[in-house]
Amino acid sequence: MSGERLLDIKSLSVTFGGLNALHDLDFHVDKGEIVSVIGPNGAGKTTFFNMISGMVTPTSGDIVYRGDSLLGLDPNQVTARGIARTFQNVRLFANMTILENVMVAQHCRTKVGVFGSLLNTRSFRREEEEIREYGKEVLGFFGSRLVGYRLDQTASVLSYANRRRLEIARAMATKPEIILLDEPVAGMNPKETEELTGLIGKLRSEWGFTIVMIEHDMKVVRDVSDRVVVLDHGETIAQGSYETVSNDPGVIEAYLGRPIEGNAS
Amino acid sequence: MSDTAMSAPADLAPARAPLDQDWRKVVNYGLVLGLALVFISLTGMPDGLNSRVIVEPWLSMGYLSLMWLPFAIGFAVTHEQVLEGMVQHKRGARELFAGAVVGLIGGLCLSLLVYLLDTRDLSDPLVNWNQPLLDFLTRDGSVGEGVLLWVGVSTALGLFGGLMRIVPALGSRLVRAVILTVVGAAAMEALIDDLSEGVWKLEGVVEWLYHPREGLEPAGAIALAIAAAFVVLWLGRQLKKGGAVYNLAREAQPLAVNAVSVVAVAAAAILLPIFLGRLTNDLLVNVGLFVLLALGLNIVVGLAGILDLGYVAFYAVGGYSVAILTSPTSPGISPTLPFWLAIFIVVGMATLAGLFIGAPVIRMRGDYLAIVTLGFGEIIRLTVRSDWASGLTGGAQGMLSIPGPDLNIGGWTLPLVGWTMPKLEVDLMGTNPQHILYVVMFFVAIAIYVSWRLENSRIGRAWMAVREDESVAEAMGINTVTAKLQAFVVGAILASFAGAVFAAKVGSIFESSFKILVSIVILVIVIVGGMGRIAGVVAGAFVLVGILGGPNQPGLMAEFSEYKLLIYGALLVWMMLKRPEGLIPNVRRSRELHQEEFLQDAWLRGEVDRDEAGSEATTDEGWAPA
Amino acid sequence: MTAAIRQRVRPRTAVDRFLTFLRFALTALVVFGLFAFLVQQFVGPDNPLTRFLNEDANRLDWDAFRGLLVSGLSQGSMYGLIALGYSMVYGVLGFINFAHGEVFMVGAMTGLITSNKLFEAGVWDDAFPVAILIAVLVSTICATLTAVLMERIAYRPLRGAPRLIPLITSIGVSFFIQNTSALLLGPGAKRYPLLPQWLRDDRGPTWLRIGGQKILVIVVAAAAMAALWYLVERTKTGKAMRAVAEDKEIASLMGIDVDRTIVTTFAIGGAMAGIAGILWGILFGSVTEFTGFLPGIKAFSAAVVGGIGNLGGAMAGGLTLGGSESLAPQLILEPLGVTGHTQLKDAVAFLVLIYVLLVRPTGLFGERLSAEDRA
Repeated sequence: MSGERLLDIKSLSVTFGGLNALHDLDFHVDKGEIVSVIGPNGAGKTTFFNMISGMVTPTSGDIVYRGDSLLGLDPNQVTARGIARTFQNVRLFANMTILENVMVAQHCRTKVGVFGSLLNTRSFRREEEEIREYGKEVLGFFGSRLVGYRLDQTASVLSYANRRRLEIARAMATKPEIILLDEPVAGMNPKETEELTGLIGKLRSEWGFTIVMIEHDMKVVRDVSDRVVVLDHGETIAQGSYETVSNDPGVIEAYLGRPIEGNAS
Repeated sequence: MSDTAMSAPADLAPARAPLDQDWRKVVNYGLVLGLALVFISLTGMPDGLNSRVIVEPWLSMGYLSLMWLPFAIGFAVTHEQVLEGMVQHKRGARELFAGAVVGLIGGLCLSLLVYLLDTRDLSDPLVNWNQPLLDFLTRDGSVGEGVLLWVGVSTALGLFGGLMRIVPALGSRLVRAVILTVVGAAAMEALIDDLSEGVWKLEGVVEWLYHPREGLEPAGAIALAIAAAFVVLWLGRQLKKGGAVYNLAREAQPLAVNAVSVVAVAAAAILLPIFLGRLTNDLLVNVGLFVLLALGLNIVVGLAGILDLGYVAFYAVGGYSVAILTSPTSPGISPTLPFWLAIFIVVGMATLAGLFIGAPVIRMRGDYLAIVTLGFGEIIRLTVRSDWASGLTGGAQGMLSIPGPDLNIGGWTLPLVGWTMPKLEVDLMGTNPQHILYVVMFFVAIAIYVSWRLENSRIGRAWMAVREDESVAEAMGINTVTAKLQAFVVGAILASFAGAVFAAKVGSIFESSFKILVSIVILVIVIVGGMGRIAGVVAGAFVLVGILGGPNQPGLMAEFSEYKLLIYGALLVWMMLKRPEGLIPNVRRSRELHQEEFLQDAWLRGEVDRDEAGSEATTDEGWAPA
Repeated sequence: MTAAIRQRVRPRTAVDRFLTFLRFALTALVVFGLFAFLVQQFVGPDNPLTRFLNEDANRLDWDAFRGLLVSGLSQGSMYGLIALGYSMVYGVLGFINFAHGEVFMVGAMTGLITSNKLFEAGVWDDAFPVAILIAVLVSTICATLTAVLMERIAYRPLRGAPRLIPLITSIGVSFFIQNTSALLLGPGAKRYPLLPQWLRDDRGPTWLRIGGQKILVIVVAAAAMAALWYLVERTKTGKAMRAVAEDKEIASLMGIDVDRTIVTTFAIGGAMAGIAGILWGILFGSVTEFTGFLPGIKAFSAAVVGGIGNLGGAMAGGLTLGGSESLAPQLILEPLGVTGHTQLKDAVAFLVLIYVLLVRPTGLFGERLSAEDRA
């Protein structure tokens, strides 16, 4: 796992009204890695994602992606550079169709403007066709659940698990290099979890995405991660392979002394 | 929805006894009815609308303004929300009884008003507490007669409302068709008169239908009712067949059928104004202006979800730009450009205005944005009116002698061939409504095309994403600031077209045409029509502006001018409470607003995954984010 | 969730640069106008700078200035009273009750009807304090009822809807009430009976003589504000209101009747608007069905200027807004050479709102909102 360094985060801190949400965090992702970020509730994991995707500006530190700093970029610019994300509490465009959800995600990869759409130019039609096809391809990643007659249904009719899947599809549709998955299996039953775990592996092996994932389900973390980073109170308390981390006394303490394995979902 | 239109399932519980009522509800509805009747009476609406006759000499718009209420509330009180798993009873005498009781309570309230009108004098604060109202309510008879009349009529109508729940679907469709036809024919008398003029034989028929003064002849009304019934019973089925044929043809030959439809619509659009009189043309121009404005606001509010209450500002920008650029008497600079050249500059001005107003507000919270745009609208109007700007805009005196657009598109010669386009020998300058109507239709066509193309494009999808959830749209790579500004500017350009045509139509321009009121009326049209839906918005403009009238323009029912704003306000509230998706809902929008119900329906239809154990359809999202 | 908290590091896009330009331009205009005014006052109107901007520049004398200031403050205290209603409802429900201005109009209207009846009965002239007390009572009750009914009929069914939905509804309510007043009571201006002479007399030391009714308005507004402050900060009802404003769900778990608290909020806001309505009548002597519209919007602006959800801020915002719309035309616009500057009084009020939102979006004194509304 010694690919090219994609994302390099240096001594990142953020403060909300005196509260240190993240403190002096160092973090890096190499190309083709699957990194899991774990930690008890309130450890600052989601804040960490929000900061990478540009929704929160850090107080100090730097986020370097492929040699360029992401600081000061709007979320849409971060996405355009190649970092997509999903949300912990699924946030789909509930009243757009499933196909539209993945089509709209390709916004930053397309460029036909008002006049192109008005005049129905050839490039407009070609682009529409392209994003439609790519959208279907992305949806097809999840089997037959999101395609076929489903394409023109609104996202609001989907079941919870399918909403989560569509969220991932939407992130994939932005043609990213890194996907940030915020608790991808939360609320799923064991069968679904197992299936999605496999898919996360495929995201790397078949689609070539690099993945950073927040997850509470230790089984998933163990099965897919190359590396695990443990956050607590906004600080990195351990880092390394799953085995190293799960035996780290500091980590066990952070989880209230409970052994991590088995019952931490 | 439990509607009578639904075919009754077999497993209905037996009908309940008439006295087995939810008495609290019945009495509440009755009191609401009574209050509404008294309120409407005291607004002066019945008396003011009395001059508008529907069926001479039986029924006037004034009586109708009261009589629709017992019917509607009688119908409403018998509504029962039937959810899955609830026992559904057969409908019968109980519904009739509830309707009648509600009507009776309402009638008693109105009778109390009649009695009080006779014995007390409250005319000091209440300006309509007067003899004419009493005379109206008693039909010039005694108080006793008035009481008897209203108790009887109201009870009967309430009963009738309840009856609509019992009769099969066809019956209620018949009643609806008959009522709409008769009232519609009476309302559109001027229009029909106008259209039939000079047409062979039709003029005679129309003369027979209508009373010489106003309103339908009784025989004419009956004939229309029979015709309406006939349409529902026979023609309705034929039409459905025709529609199916059309759809089949369209599937087989989409291009040809679409081309034929476009040609047919275009031909109708070109021919129609010629057959219309001045009044009708004028009316249609007003409707067209509001269609244009509403389509523009629909992009801003309906698609992008930005509540712009200062939309009138762009209307003003269009109007004033044209006035300054084309009028020879405008103060300051007066280049007297031709209208069509000025339009290009108007587009530029509207774009600038859209950016200038849009940029500061675009990052604000949705509700702050509403108030600040409203403020911008007022700032622009006040500035235009002030002495300070009067060197350019004419201040409170406005600007006069704005020439209309020149439609005389002829006289040029095709090079090489040497063919000369024949010049249309018509005077198309100035304020002839017939010719302005062509201009309006031209711009409306543009607006419809623009709305339609953009809605189904990358930009339209981005707008919808912004409307659904702004911060997620941002995270999915959409530059929300750009997307919102684009919506703002496209909306601004459409409004400026309306302003330009308005200035050309009236031939003069004053700031009083651009009050906040205009923004609100456009908003009402968009909401009543159904946010985000093109056809709905067009229909909304036709119904509201065409019949009731715009903020400064009379509609077909000029008698309503005093009351239309009250009706608009009530309509807006009612729409938001009962049907936020508008009368002709956009499927998309209505899903957003009735999400839970839809989810439930979808679940019932088996469209929601049930195969996935442990993941039931969740309805926890509730309202979708604004 | 803190997803939407965003701090801007540096201007990046064209929009940002344009906003920065606007901020600077507006600030520069204000500063320059004020500077020109000071030059005109202390150097004299005949210097080249003043003449260059405004050919007819004149000194503003103290009496005129005092007049403007006092009428600005008295109007501002009225805006403040109305703004309290906006602020409280926004704090609790998170939406702009556009129709609150009409509640104020209802207060002014019913106050007018009562006063005229009392005038006809002779009470107005014989026992003015009794008459005005009755008028205040009636108009407060009517305004409160209007506000409560409004909440019950139009807003309660929309609890939890996206915030634009109740806003649009309230626009409809506003329209409805306005036109109801025009149709039931007749359109056009209606006059209050004349105030007794002793109240209209100017009072105070010679250098600070103020019209009696203006003193009355300011004093009553201050008293109402003090009573409200006591209610919100010191009583159980106030505690419940603050809890509901912070988090409805948790408040209801703590045994607070949320519906009732919201009704109370509307009622208190309505009562304040009713008092403001009577004060309007005393100050201007006439009411139309449109009386509520502009002052309503301005009062909302005042609430935003002071920081929405912040009650002290609402009052301060009202005074700021009233003062600036009364003084700014003379102090800033005229020295800048704007002719007919008084016609732009209303525009100034909106400009203040835009300026504050551009420069300090949380208002001068900071907003107090629940986390979900801040987003």
